[in-house]
Amino acid sequence: MFKDSLERLGLYAQAVINSIGLMMMMLISSAMLLLTPPIKVRNMFKQMEFVGIESLFVVILTGSFTGMVLALQSFNALKRFGAESMVGPTVALSMARELGPVLAGLMVTGRAGSAMATELGTMRVTEQIDALSTMGINPVKYLVVPRIVAGILMFPILTIITDFVGVIGGWFVGVKLLGINSGVYIGRTIDFVTIEDVATGLYKSLVFGLIMTLVACYNGFYTTGGAKGVGRAATTSVVTASVMILVSDYLLSTVLG
Amino acid sequence: MIEIRNLRKAFNGKKILDGLNLDIEQSKITVIIGRSGEGKSVLIKHIIGLLKPDSGSIKLDGLDITTLKERELNEVRKRFGMLFQSGALFDSMNVADNVGFALKEHTGLQDDDIAKIVREKLTRVGLKGVERMATDELSGGMKKRVGLARAIVMDPEIVLFDEPTTGLDPIMSDSIADLVLDTQKALNTTYVLITHDIPFTYKIADKIAMLHEGKIIATGTVTEMKESTDPVVRQFLEGRAQGPITVY
Ligand SMILES: Nc1ncnc2c1ncn2[C@@H]1O[C@H](COP(=O)(O)OP(=O)(O)OP(=O)(O)O)[C@@H](O)[C@H]1O
Ligand SMILES: [Mg+2]
Repeated sequence: MFKDSLERLGLYAQAVINSIGLMMMMLISSAMLLLTPPIKVRNMFKQMEFVGIESLFVVILTGSFTGMVLALQSFNALKRFGAESMVGPTVALSMARELGPVLAGLMVTGRAGSAMATELGTMRVTEQIDALSTMGINPVKYLVVPRIVAGILMFPILTIITDFVGVIGGWFVGVKLLGINSGVYIGRTIDFVTIEDVATGLYKSLVFGLIMTLVACYNGFYTTGGAKGVGRAATTSVVTASVMILVSDYLLSTVLG
Repeated sequence: MIEIRNLRKAFNGKKILDGLNLDIEQSKITVIIGRSGEGKSVLIKHIIGLLKPDSGSIKLDGLDITTLKERELNEVRKRFGMLFQSGALFDSMNVADNVGFALKEHTGLQDDDIAKIVREKLTRVGLKGVERMATDELSGGMKKRVGLARAIVMDPEIVLFDEPTTGLDPIMSDSIADLVLDTQKALNTTYVLITHDIPFTYKIADKIAMLHEGKIIATGTVTEMKESTDPVVRQFLEGRAQGPITVY
């Protein structure tokens, strides 16, 4: 019984290490393929549209409501110290350093990550990926590289947008609903929030974009087991990428300060 | 000329190919027959390097393709055209983009020229006016024929067809047989076909090879195979449930 579960744990660990290895290989070959012509510009734009443009609505919605609730909560807390004027910087700093990149990352992972894994997984189980190979097309170059590039480029842009609408949402609640002076709100925000704060969030989002697309592509690309396998690839991608985003967020916060 | 020597492949401990030998001659039509699940599709995927054998070699004009790296393999693959048993059409593209895909990727042809070739190949497989259709709007037999058109669009030297006539009506099957014979004559194409379609086989095959229990147990021309005394070959070609091969 004990030996049994130990053995299973061993097998599980082996599988995890195995897939980390394969994922790293996929990343390395993607990086090399990115630089070998011909470059698949059209595929990249298509993926950028899918990851970026089509995520706009959801990140605007999450960003603005998060900014609003942040303003509300920090107002309640800061009021006790008579520091209502600090609501603006609190909202902006939280958005720029943490919530912008993390929320955008998680929302886009839920939306685009599962779709990417499903699409590649379906292509795998219906032999479309094999068909690409038989035509002398490297499927990693054709399918994976454009998605990773799109993730790395679009996540920071989505993050900026999330930050921005969050700050607007915070301003709306703070100024229009809670009665903080608009000049004070904006002035304080500008005083306290630096370019570095925003940059920190953007660095993070670059990493999150890489994580999301790599995890989704890896799971989709190596799907086995028919329709069920495709479903599993989608779920695994979202869960794995979300956890990895949160863990790496902590690590990056430690490193970037 | 493709020489397959001592090819072995097992999946999860189950031996599928078990020391298989086969010569595929250039500019000839080789038909591989055998029961469902014997490993015909697995064999054909080895020939184009989609699967790596556990041991054995596949030499294409003397070059062992089982040892090639992905990049080298991709070069070799440009000499091939393949129809998958499942069709494997790209579902994100319409019919014309599916058929014209390799032209777009590997040649500098203008869109107009590509469209012309695509139309010609589609006509060749009996399809007209389907260019803009999505792949999921096609019937099973139409999918198969789009797959056929896609496989031959580059006029490849070597064509691998995995069950080209399954799902086609007999008239269409016969016209696919003509297509195979015509292109083989006109372009000296080497064909490797897998099929369960015996009349089709008799019409086109230069050489029939029967796969049974992981090995090629018999090869020969149509006449030779028809006259074979091997009970397994006889049972298969005559399509009898009774014989050395048991259904269960
Ligand atoms: N990727 C794979 N993983 C595990 N087993 C496989 C794989 N591909 C094929 N097999 C197994 O190999 C055997 C042969 O399969 P294959 O598809 O080659 O049969 P076939 O001769 O083409 O049959 P059919 O005439 O029905 O198409 C089957 O038992 C199948 O389960
Ligand atoms: Mg088959």
